[in-house]
Amino acid sequence: MSKRQLHLAAHFPGVNSTTVWSDPASGSQTDFASFVHFAHTAERGGFDFLFLAEGLRLREHRDRIHDLDVVGRPDTFTVLNALAAVTTHLGLGGTINTTYNEPYEVARQFGSMEQLSGGRSAWNLVTSSDAFTGENFRRGGFLAPEHRYRRAAEFLQVARACWDSWPAGGSPGWVEHTGEHFQVRGRFPLPAGPQGHPVLLQSGDSDAGREFGAATADAIFSRHTTLAAGKEFFADLKGRARRLGRRPDDLKILPAATFVLGDTAADAQERAEHIRRQQVGPATAIAFLEQVWGRDLSGYDPDGPLPDLDPEPGGVSITRGRVRHEKDTLAVARRWRALAEQRNLSIREVVVEATARQSFVGTPTQVAEQMDDYVQAEASDGFILVPHLTPGGLDEFVDTVVPSCATGAATATATPEQRCANTCWAGRTGRGCSPAERVHRAQWCSCGPRPPDCSGSPRSPRRSPGPAC
Amino acid sequence: MRLAVDLSGRPEHPALAVRAEHWVDLARLAESGALDFVVFDDSFVPPGGGPGEVGRLEAVAVAARVAPLTTTVGLVATATTTHTEPFHLSKALATLDFVSAGRAGWQPDISRTAEEAALFGRKDAAPVDALWREAAEAVDVVTRLWDSWEDDAVIRDVATGRYVDRDKLHHVDFRGEFFAVKGPSITPRPPQAHPPVVLRLPAGDEPAALALIGRWADVARVPSVDGGRAGAADPGVDGLAADGAGRVRAAVRAAGRDPEEVSVLLDVPIGPTDAAEAVVDRAAAALGVGLDGVVLVPETLPGGLRRAVQEVVPLLVGRGLRAPGPGRRTTLRERLGLARPANPYAGGFDATATAGPVGGTG
Ligand SMILES: Cc1cc2nc3c(=O)[nH]c(=O)nc-3n(C[C@H](O)[C@H](O)[C@H](O)COP(=O)(O)O)c2cc1C
Repeated sequence: MSKRQLHLAAHFPGVNSTTVWSDPASGSQTDFASFVHFAHTAERGGFDFLFLAEGLRLREHRDRIHDLDVVGRPDTFTVLNALAAVTTHLGLGGTINTTYNEPYEVARQFGSMEQLSGGRSAWNLVTSSDAFTGENFRRGGFLAPEHRYRRAAEFLQVARACWDSWPAGGSPGWVEHTGEHFQVRGRFPLPAGPQGHPVLLQSGDSDAGREFGAATADAIFSRHTTLAAGKEFFADLKGRARRLGRRPDDLKILPAATFVLGDTAADAQERAEHIRRQQVGPATAIAFLEQVWGRDLSGYDPDGPLPDLDPEPGGVSITRGRVRHEKDTLAVARRWRALAEQRNLSIREVVVEATARQSFVGTPTQVAEQMDDYVQAEASDGFILVPHLTPGGLDEFVDTVVPSCATGAATATATPEQRCANTCWAGRTGRGCSPAERVHRAQWCSCGPRPPDCSGSPRSPRRSPGPAC
Repeated sequence: MRLAVDLSGRPEHPALAVRAEHWVDLARLAESGALDFVVFDDSFVPPGGGPGEVGRLEAVAVAARVAPLTTTVGLVATATTTHTEPFHLSKALATLDFVSAGRAGWQPDISRTAEEAALFGRKDAAPVDALWREAAEAVDVVTRLWDSWEDDAVIRDVATGRYVDRDKLHHVDFRGEFFAVKGPSITPRPPQAHPPVVLRLPAGDEPAALALIGRWADVARVPSVDGGRAGAADPGVDGLAADGAGRVRAAVRAAGRDPEEVSVLLDVPIGPTDAAEAVVDRAAAALGVGLDGVVLVPETLPGGLRRAVQEVVPLLVGRGLRAPGPGRRTTLRERLGLARPANPYAGGFDATATAGPVGGTG
């Protein structure tokens, strides 16, 4: 069996503590020049796509805007459409929420991006149920958690009906939908783009979220970055896809991954330690602690021991606007205590260990090998890399790791030309892959047998949604 | 005189409408004529129907796609307020301003039809007066959200570990007749602070639209008579232009603003058979009755725009009505002679004040 191919995407450094804004090399988080720099690096490195996260309300901590991390970001669609002008084959992926948008409008926005980018759009579909974010929107209020994915599935169904209503080269048809959440009737104003539908990413992690992702997504953006957790998640999601009648290989698993490079392994470790301390400053350490403990701990010394008292019962959250994956705060506190006792760690050191460990640390060759091992072990199909610096956080990786990957022949991260040469699409456009083929299929179909519809037609209309829809 | 072009004309080949290159070419062509701005039209329904259907891209997206490939021309995107979220509009337009280095503008519009309402299924089509009042509220919220970040909110204070000074980020706490929005925006204050607002005076009598113009327009577009052709010896056009300008200026004054700060432009269509001289006469006549310039509206694209740039612009320059190109690299506000507005929140603006319906206060 041939070696499994590695996919890479580039996450623009965002509004969490991973992004180190205090470093002298850190640039603007909003100037378009930063996005251009980042996109050019990703394109130069042959990445599948650039990725933007999005949150629709500024995060608050203890009822005040959280001020310790990067705050603020530009609008997803607008930045991606502008980037389409200065890139030629990089995929452009954006996070768009189904709770605070309407399907016809989002379908039109992706339909527009599809055309304006020549078939390079990708949608990370996220859901949200918090009334906190809802306060910024007409619909306001909340969506009961059990309705989130029902709305998301129906939302996607409407969007797909829109995209399918006007086949490329054909005539516009009608969209007619009546469901639990939406009633949509009329003509969609855009012919299908080169991909037919944008590439769909999903990042839900609950059972409902996983089932939805397995049924509908092309790729999952996961948070399971350790090898053990990665393998478990990979097996779970691929199993769900198989059970839903999909080819497991049609669902890529792409965990978020961080990295630190050095000239030697020791040098990389040292840099990694330095970055972790930049990411978790004294105030950030206390804020993390307060998140778990659910109370004001501003009186504690970040270089002192963990509090003796237990977290607030019931897992009260004093941080709003961020996803909490750990529901059981007592268990987290127990783990942190054990860690502190075992290794005699201060508050800040515990938080560094628990929240800021990088995924891959080493020389470029070592990092390339670690990533390859991870993929060969079926812990993922690749990674969405999250650099810690804007806008240059990917430069070193592209200059040093990508060439290692390419010569190791294990990966799809060769130069665009090298990579295209390996795909069933090579030659179709004369000079390699067209953008749509590159993002959606070129690499992805290069890792498996040639798909039956690999005939040069635009991406065919989608399979019908699985049972979760 | 101010000179702009509206790009709502019919593409000479239907397929052009959804091609990025078409829009880039148009904007560059406009830029080569040193035009002040281009307007990208929008609506949720496709333009026209029938054989050879023409698609329609989202205008903000088109403007963003064009922005990095142009340097001087203002990029005014139509965005409707009836079925959209002001929070999303605010950050999209702010971002258009970032990616164009301060050349963004916004033409708010309403979705009048039941056909558009059915695409959302969220509310029924409403009387036009209510739609304009909702639009006024949307412009108000969008503007507040632009101001919800003070310009110097990002401090990157390494000593205290604070990225922003949160006292310079403001909940807008907007509660109006049509929506409530908490804020602050997720996007920092854009380069121009307030990308200029361009509004069209409706052909019919729509008082709430006039109130919106009075309160919010930086540029007001006055229509030519229906079917009125540039150059046709039709005194009605000048009469209409003068009347429209008069109504706009009265509305601006009624809203407590200085009419000098609003550019009033006459829409001048360019049909395939209109002579450039006639178009220029029309523009000169508009200036003669007190308007500040014109928005050329080529009926077909790119041909109509090419004629505007290659034939009309040189004549205007020849008559001393326009400076010879190339256009300057300025923000759109600067081009329109508008100062960058101060931030009301910085002066202790009462963020919790309930917005009154603009239509009611005139
Ligand atoms: C790796 C990862 C990245 C995510 N990124 C975003 C994001 O950018 N914006 C957002 O609103 N939600 C984001 N989410 C949240 C998910 O979309 C989802 O709302 C959340 O995980 C709760 O759903 P669940 O209960 O199914 O996990 C992310 C989740 C994960 C695991």
